[in-house]
Amino acid sequence: MLQAREIECVRGNRRLFCNLSFRLEANQALRVGGENGSGKTSLLRMVAGLSPVDSGKILWKEGPIAASGEHFRRDLLFLGHANGLKDDLTPVENLKHALALAGMSVGDAALRNVLAEQGLAGVAHLPVKLLSQGQKRRVALARLWFSTDKPLWVLDEPFAALDTASVGRTVAIVLAHLRSGGLVLYTTHQEVDLQDARVQCLELGVQ
Amino acid sequence: MTASAGAACRAVVARDLLIAARRRSDVLTTFFFFVIVVSLFPLGVGPEPDTLREIAPGVVWVAALLAAMLSLARMFSADHADGTLEKLVLTPQPLTLLVLSKVLAHWLTTGLPLVLMAPLMGLQFGLPGDVLMTLLVSLLIGTPALSLVGAVGAALTLGVRGGGALTAVLVLPLYVPVLVFGAGAVAATATGLGVSGHLSLLGAMSLAALVFAPWATAMALRISLE
Repeated sequence: MLQAREIECVRGNRRLFCNLSFRLEANQALRVGGENGSGKTSLLRMVAGLSPVDSGKILWKEGPIAASGEHFRRDLLFLGHANGLKDDLTPVENLKHALALAGMSVGDAALRNVLAEQGLAGVAHLPVKLLSQGQKRRVALARLWFSTDKPLWVLDEPFAALDTASVGRTVAIVLAHLRSGGLVLYTTHQEVDLQDARVQCLELGVQ
Repeated sequence: MTASAGAACRAVVARDLLIAARRRSDVLTTFFFFVIVVSLFPLGVGPEPDTLREIAPGVVWVAALLAAMLSLARMFSADHADGTLEKLVLTPQPLTLLVLSKVLAHWLTTGLPLVLMAPLMGLQFGLPGDVLMTLLVSLLIGTPALSLVGAVGAALTLGVRGGGALTAVLVLPLYVPVLVFGAGAVAATATGLGVSGHLSLLGAMSLAALVFAPWATAMALRISLE
């Protein structure tokens, strides 16, 4: 479904990677590893269509992602380094807006339920600027629970700043997504084991 | 436009208005900047009624230009910093429409208050009723062009150090036609000439900006995220 063909990434005058190819089918996950600065985030942003590839091709359902445009973005959930939350809005308002942008209208009760499952019931009415780093990440991750219909998840450091319980919940939803036919591309520095045969690893920065 | 694109556009406008309501200081800064700049001129130039009436159209319009300029930095920079811009670009909706919604929210929070305040400002210069009316109408037709063209400049300078000054250098020359015909319409009323020509040209500029600016802004935003 998702295929990278000999892609290359150049930042400034450094070539981060070249001739990188992989193929990801339904029910499969790819963990991208490597040192800081080895191009993990760059690779994920290329797959999401945010940055162009310097050479090579990225295909989604056999078509180049740039040409698929809106169809590709309908199938994609991208969770970047930045949480994409507005400091002045509450977690409920932030989620509601993010989902409305994605074309979903979800009631406040459903949003509160998912936030409560994330252990955020007590702060759901506070502006996001008052939340801790880990709580903000949990709010951003709450989108996963509403995005099960999007096949491709691209997650940049989803477990950063999370406590053990939250990591467990996130791993559970990612595994559930994989079982129901999803594809997941993610990076992490933590030793989070998805304990699943469907996870492949890709190590960047190894010459 | 599909129903979900409409819903997404409404969501963008509603969110930006909500943020403006939570951060009233941002909106009020622009508003009071306009009020203070316009009010300084009668104090500096002196109380000569003829002089004041003569400079009024230019002063009010230049102040509106500068106030619009001041608010441009806010249009995309916060979204760029906190990652919401990425979300906007990655939605399945056409980015051009979402950009248009952001510009609309910007105009509602910065342009519209200036338009409504302008007649009161004009009174300080002793402008008669019909001239005040033209001032109001010309600003109402012209300020959307300021927000639209400004959005292109704001998007092009995203993530650039000292972006504010650069935006001014990029955008102010493009504001010149709006200034000429906007202030020209007010001056024409004051001298008893017809204003329809000026206002038509002003409207044409806003419409042209409506067609081209969101598209150019969307392109600039995509480049800023690469």
